[in-house]
Amino acid sequence: MIEVENLTRYYGSRRAINNISFQIEKGEVVGFLGPNGAGKSTTMNIISCILPASSGSAKIKGFDTFEQSLEIRRIIGYLPETPPLYPDMIVRDYLKFAAGVRGVEARNISPSIDRVIEKCSLKDVGHRIIGRLSKGYQQRVGLAQAMVHNPEILILDEPTIGLDPIQIIEIRKLIQELAAEHTIILSSHILPEITQICKRVIIINEGEIAAVDSLEGLTATLRKSERLSLTVRNPEGNVLEKLNGLDQVVSAVTGEENQFLIECILRSNLQDEIARLALENNWGIVELKPVSMTLEDIFLKLTLEEKEPAA
Amino acid sequence: MKNSWIIAKRDLGSFFNSAIFYVVTTVFLIVYSYIFINILSFFSMQSMQSGQFQQLGMALNINEMVIEPSFQNMAVILLLIIPIVTMRSFAEEKKSKTFRLLLSSPVHLKEIIFGKFLACMIVIALMIFLSSYSIGFLFVIGEPDPGPVLTGYLGVLLMAGCYVSVGVFASSLTENQIVAAVITFGFSLFMWVIGWGAQAADSATGQVLQYLSIIEHMDRFLKGMIETSDLAYYLSFIIFGLFLCHRALDSNRWR
Repeated sequence: MIEVENLTRYYGSRRAINNISFQIEKGEVVGFLGPNGAGKSTTMNIISCILPASSGSAKIKGFDTFEQSLEIRRIIGYLPETPPLYPDMIVRDYLKFAAGVRGVEARNISPSIDRVIEKCSLKDVGHRIIGRLSKGYQQRVGLAQAMVHNPEILILDEPTIGLDPIQIIEIRKLIQELAAEHTIILSSHILPEITQICKRVIIINEGEIAAVDSLEGLTATLRKSERLSLTVRNPEGNVLEKLNGLDQVVSAVTGEENQFLIECILRSNLQDEIARLALENNWGIVELKPVSMTLEDIFLKLTLEEKEPAA
Repeated sequence: MKNSWIIAKRDLGSFFNSAIFYVVTTVFLIVYSYIFINILSFFSMQSMQSGQFQQLGMALNINEMVIEPSFQNMAVILLLIIPIVTMRSFAEEKKSKTFRLLLSSPVHLKEIIFGKFLACMIVIALMIFLSSYSIGFLFVIGEPDPGPVLTGYLGVLLMAGCYVSVGVFASSLTENQIVAAVITFGFSLFMWVIGWGAQAADSATGQVLQYLSIIEHMDRFLKGMIETSDLAYYLSFIIFGLFLCHRALDSNRWR
């Protein structure tokens, strides 16, 4: 559905993205993940036909984003980082305008507006001025304008930025509902969001793709060892040394107060032995638990350790 | 064309929702009316004196002495007011990041530009229409020749079109509305006074400068003549301005 090949884009002499390639199938929900300034928005702008690429190509359903942009613009809905809202307009009028420019036929405009107002729960604010709405509602109006022409592909640039936790949950729920009917590309630098919504992640760092994989795949390839966390009441004697003395322990380091982080070989089930050790030495176990690798760890690992080969 | 109209309609809505339109229109009408009243009272004073001097009465002509100077003054006021009307066109869209909605929609860039141009032209035409009570009044009290009145309006609209096209172009260059207005005003004023260089220059250069002057081409319209060269000047001026606007917006995407 979406094929991106060797995409590179310069702003003046600064290179924003470098040689990015990936593919997205119909019906997928893909997350773009990366720190601020990594090139997520630039990539999305190119796919949405707003910016041309310096080199490389992006194709949607076989249409080139540069040569046949009009065809593409009919089937995508784009929500930029800052929702493109005219603050002096009434929500319904604004959606009518958006439907008009997005090419909805005149007789279908009214039902389209009703549909998105229903979907984005905007019924109560339909006749209010956009500038006076809360940030959460404004974001929903932004989402509504992106889907008013019922596009096959939704491109959402940081859709939850600047919202409060409750609003974030609402928007996320909405996106999850939309995932059933649309192909969605979503960008974020907030990791839990991606884990909740997306099936596949594209990690971008400094303009290059660091990894493209499913969440499970990412965790699996990157996890070469297991980690345990041990918290004790009185760490007397040389705890670290004794832990390191165990077979199968790769390394043990001190964490927070009275906490020790133990890295061990996969599937070594060291809990029993560590517990025995603790009992023998009277450390007094408070807590002993496996630490699963979060997306955050993967992300940091991929973006900070440059030499680490990408998946 | 349909897309241009959708965009123009939205711009008009935001004009009529904002204070700018009402303030600008009020200022325009007050200044224009004051000048008109003065021209008219000077004319009526001369008419009264014409009873005593036969020859003066022969020269009195309401078209030449009231309507023509009114149009010329209207042209000056429009020069001051049009930059305020056009400055928002693209500058505001870029500033508030709404331009991306248009860019990601299936509309051609030229349709967007024409929509913006159309909206400003409709606002200006509305202002000129509101001021036409003055000429209407002349038809009630006298018998002016309607021909030059109509061509005069056409001339004023075409000249306003030139200012608007400069304004839309200037607005596409910047996010700052004040900067856009200043560029528009400066450039329009320059195109107005460019003909003044004709006296000092040699005859060939002088003719060129004269032809380039935006106000030079008004004269024949006010006299009731529609000349191809004047029409060609105004239309090519407008199209060139919009073309530059297209280039500016397009090249912006590459930088």
